[in-house]
Amino acid sequence: MTAALKVDSDVLRVSDLRVELAGQVDVLADVSFSLAAGEIVGLVGESGSGKTTLATALLCHARQGARITGGRIAVAGQAVLELEGEALRLARGGLVGYVAQDPATALNPALRIGALLRETVLAHQPRLTTDALQQRINETLVDVGLPDDPAFLRRFPHQLSGGQQQRVMLALAFVLRPKLIVLDEPTTALDVTTQAHVLETLKGLCRGHGVAALYVTHDLAVVRDLVDRVMVMYAGRLVEVAGCETLFKAPAHPYTRALLAAIPDIARRQPLQAIGGHAPAPGQRPAGCAFAPRCARRRAECAVIEPSLLAFEGGQQVACLAPYREPLPLGEQGVEVAAAPSAEVLLEVQGLDVAYDRQVLFDVSLQVAQGECLALVGESGSGKTSLARAIAGLGENVQGQLRYGGEPLAFTARHRDARLRHQIQYVFQNPYRALNPRQTIAQTLSAPLAHFFSVRGDAARSRVEAVLARVSLPARVADLYPHSLSGGERQRVAIARALICEPRLLVCDEITSALDVSVQASILALLRRLQREGLTVLFVTHDLGVVRAIADRVLVLRQGRVVEEGSAEQVLGRPVDGYTRTLVAHSPSLSVG
Amino acid sequence: MPDHAHRSPRTPAWLAWFIGRLGYGLLTAWVISLVVFIATQALPSDPARVILGPDAPLESIVTLQRQLGLDQPLLVQYLRWLGAALCGDLGISLDSQVPVAQLLFGRLGHTLALLAGVLALVVPLALTLGVSLALRRDRPLDRWGLSALILLKATPSFLLAIGLVLLFSMPGMGWLPAVSILDPQLPLWRQLPSLVLPVVALSLSALPYLTRMVRASMIEALESDYVVAARLRGIPERRIVWRHTLPNALTPAIQGVALTLRTLVGGALLAEVIFSYPGIGTALNAAIQMRDLPMIQGVVLVITLAVVLINLLADLLTVLLTPKLRTARRVKMIRRNRRGIRPWWRRARRTPAQEATHD
Amino acid sequence: MTETRWLADPQVRRGAVITALVMLLALLGPWLAPHAPTAMVGPVYGPPTAGAPLGHDFLGHDLWSRLLSGGVSVLWMSVAAATLALVVGGSLGLLAGFSRRRLDQAISWAADVSLAFPDLILVLLIVSMLGRAPWLIVLTVAIAFTPGVVRLARGSAVAVAGQEFVEAAQMMGYSRWRILFSEILPNILTPLLVHFGNMLTWAVGMLSGLSFLGYGVAPPAADWGLMINENQAGLLVQPWAVLAPALLIAVFAYGTNILAEGIGRVSARIGEKQP
Repeated sequence: MTAALKVDSDVLRVSDLRVELAGQVDVLADVSFSLAAGEIVGLVGESGSGKTTLATALLCHARQGARITGGRIAVAGQAVLELEGEALRLARGGLVGYVAQDPATALNPALRIGALLRETVLAHQPRLTTDALQQRINETLVDVGLPDDPAFLRRFPHQLSGGQQQRVMLALAFVLRPKLIVLDEPTTALDVTTQAHVLETLKGLCRGHGVAALYVTHDLAVVRDLVDRVMVMYAGRLVEVAGCETLFKAPAHPYTRALLAAIPDIARRQPLQAIGGHAPAPGQRPAGCAFAPRCARRRAECAVIEPSLLAFEGGQQVACLAPYREPLPLGEQGVEVAAAPSAEVLLEVQGLDVAYDRQVLFDVSLQVAQGECLALVGESGSGKTSLARAIAGLGENVQGQLRYGGEPLAFTARHRDARLRHQIQYVFQNPYRALNPRQTIAQTLSAPLAHFFSVRGDAARSRVEAVLARVSLPARVADLYPHSLSGGERQRVAIARALICEPRLLVCDEITSALDVSVQASILALLRRLQREGLTVLFVTHDLGVVRAIADRVLVLRQGRVVEEGSAEQVLGRPVDGYTRTLVAHSPSLSVG
Repeated sequence: MPDHAHRSPRTPAWLAWFIGRLGYGLLTAWVISLVVFIATQALPSDPARVILGPDAPLESIVTLQRQLGLDQPLLVQYLRWLGAALCGDLGISLDSQVPVAQLLFGRLGHTLALLAGVLALVVPLALTLGVSLALRRDRPLDRWGLSALILLKATPSFLLAIGLVLLFSMPGMGWLPAVSILDPQLPLWRQLPSLVLPVVALSLSALPYLTRMVRASMIEALESDYVVAARLRGIPERRIVWRHTLPNALTPAIQGVALTLRTLVGGALLAEVIFSYPGIGTALNAAIQMRDLPMIQGVVLVITLAVVLINLLADLLTVLLTPKLRTARRVKMIRRNRRGIRPWWRRARRTPAQEATHD
Repeated sequence: MTETRWLADPQVRRGAVITALVMLLALLGPWLAPHAPTAMVGPVYGPPTAGAPLGHDFLGHDLWSRLLSGGVSVLWMSVAAATLALVVGGSLGLLAGFSRRRLDQAISWAADVSLAFPDLILVLLIVSMLGRAPWLIVLTVAIAFTPGVVRLARGSAVAVAGQEFVEAAQMMGYSRWRILFSEILPNILTPLLVHFGNMLTWAVGMLSGLSFLGYGVAPPAADWGLMINENQAGLLVQPWAVLAPALLIAVFAYGTNILAEGIGRVSARIGEKQP
């Protein structure tokens, strides 16, 4: 980065941006920052923090019901918010590019890839000759790592893989050579290896073409290797802006620290700290600092004065009245000695084959010891969910052997003995569909009580409240309907439903993938507590950081076959199999190296 | 990722599916014809008595019965009828002693003209109206339009027809004939004014459903992620509407038109009776009143075949216009739940051992 | 529970009020009618008099009395037909969605075949063949509507059954019937209710159409559809004889329609919020 490049090189300058909902409820306020050419900046925040609103505001777009009411946005000198009509249309895409989150829905299923690319270029440069057009498209395709032959261009989006679709989105953005690109969680829906490749491509494109990029995400670990600077958002305000290294070594804002402490890291096992409470919804911001109610360093003035983003030492900016000054303590191993798993085998799987339209599991065998936590790891299509479902009694077309506590176990739940059935419980991935919308929580939780233990009435009610307390939910939740609860709360209720059956084995299928990082941390902490109380856990996930955080042993699946098995330290620290090594290498990590 | 671009050199998947659907449709038509035949033949009323009148002597009735083949067992009668029908001979009308096929042919043309007129009016109108309302969603025009459509939808179709008759029967409104009795000597295209009122009446009753469906699918397309993404890429709004949303919104409309046609076939009956329009509907009505069995059976067969054809065409168009279905290796219109896993009460037929494929 | 929320919607309120008003008129009408509906009290197509505020119809009956008495048949028959179709079709649809493949295929195929045929013609054929007893007409209209309900019930049931909470119940080992009634049925009630409202509208249209064609309620009984048929000849002399029953039919259909649509919209709004 020579000095010549820095001359007036602020590609993006945002001042006092404000976005409101109907009724003057603000979603974003007092947002000011700038980007230099070729710089990649990460924008980190949990759901509801306003990061997507900020991203689309840079294109002068607000979602249905929201309006941009104040501030200035200048991209390469042009005031974006004052553009209208044709000028605005040209600026969108030509000046500022946008890459959406889910490529499967963001690409028109009825148009071919080539048609999409052509119309995008022609919309901005209608006088381009056919040859020049074709050349530009081919160049861009090569840049993003896609084949540039005509057969590929004639494909429809549904004929591409997820990674290819996202690259097409990148191509659509870069083909116009904008000055700034906004990416809204572009790799959330992708596998770890695909994600790594796409991020590499992105970095190459930005550096190569000198395009600034704003990368919006909720996953701090992803931005570690990608960005130059990081901005952290909370409740519609920027709370910290810092260089990448500085942010991860010495975060100043309490929220950033809490976030870092809650993110599971593949490199080391650390006790995950959940952040109590939840973020305020727009319109429910407390007076003063929005984070104060959940902050450990809260002082009296935090509830009165709202801190603004001020310069801090080392080029950082923090919006806090009592920021941290010391760097993060290093090497906090804090490995908890889990209850030494007894040698007694609780669940045994031998030679399991499962097929739906085609076979998804091939001769899988594993053992789960009493009291341990076994993680089933794999990417999509590996068959890990099918394995979990077969164990839980939801599998169909299953061949092989299941043994529980030494006795054979039937494949379908209905055929299992009632005494055994309640001992194996399953928690689903999607908390929004796991509860019957027409039953109160109390009804949902009492039904298994009556079914398994013939407990009804007041005795049932007291047990319901007891199990709700066990998952850290207030007793009044029992009379609510699922639609009144948040995702994290619903997932806890699902866990409570499993717990109320007094299980010995709990099968969890990616139960935290749909949840925010802080909520995930609290649920993982809950699981650890339950494990200490003697519960055996089978945890299915694709996130190796989570595996490191809670698993004792790991089983790696690839396309229906077991490729590696061992203790967590061994598989994650010194993987033997090539596939496992790729997975570990590509998993984003918070630590260096 | 399997390469979907390869297509087998044999028949494309959608063609195989189409042939299967054709067979299914013909099967449906056959079953309906069977059911109607049995139902009509098993009636308490006696066609022979109907023809000869209630005072005819018994011997004449018996003779006529033997002539008409009514003394044979039901199954034989059906097979004879089916065989004749496949050759185009639908029997003789009991009422007018004219071959049914001949009578039907003329009437069918009139009804088809009516339906064609309705389609030509309703489809473009519903498309334009639906799209305009969708583009101006929640604005005054949209609200008024929706209220008017609901009013129209709630009014039973025959009331609309009667209203029109009333309107044009009043003195001073004679520029359109209130009844549509066609002169069989003149060709149809010379008597178009007689068609206007029935067409308008049927169109008014068919318009609300189709318009609202076009509007709904257009709104869904306009709110979809890919439209927002296109807009944020700087694609002009005009192109977004014409190239991105309209094609996607129109494909569901095909099924809507098919449903409309099916309903129209029934509604046409009422309209024809009200306007005295000589089509299949009035023929059926008269046949029912006169217990003219061959006529009834013939009309039902024709209507069933028409409906089967309509369904088939609609499904075929839908598959051809949806790239995802057109390029699929196996066309299945069955919708699975999200994971593509069969519900637990369905036993899958194949076992893992038979399914084993190597990587 | 959640029902109170429905009445808060203005469209639902309007629809409910209109429908209720017409129903009241039809139900209480016979008691309020000044004359017997079949009593001839005046000249054919006579003008309004003191005793006959709307005039007289084609046989000299008091129009107002016939109007008040003519709603019951339309009402009870349409409600009965729609209810019958809902109950039978709903059960069949649930059963189809939940059985082994062959029973499901049989039921679905039968429903598809029946749906292939236009409603009115089917009803016309059956009624004309088998007679005009009111219960038979109701049965026939119900038969015409049932396949649609079967398809809807089955589709909704399968969609709900694909959700995880049903699998959770299955994993607990509940019997299939229990899952059907406690997990699935409550969640498909709303689309079925909306369809019920639509069926009411169609039933009214079809029943009055049948009466108009001469296959519905037999004269000299008072029935709105029949009145339209009877009095068409005197359309220009005594328009109210046709217009009044037509208007009442239209208003009832409109009310049920608005109600059904309102319910559909409210339940779509109440429906779960997913991220």
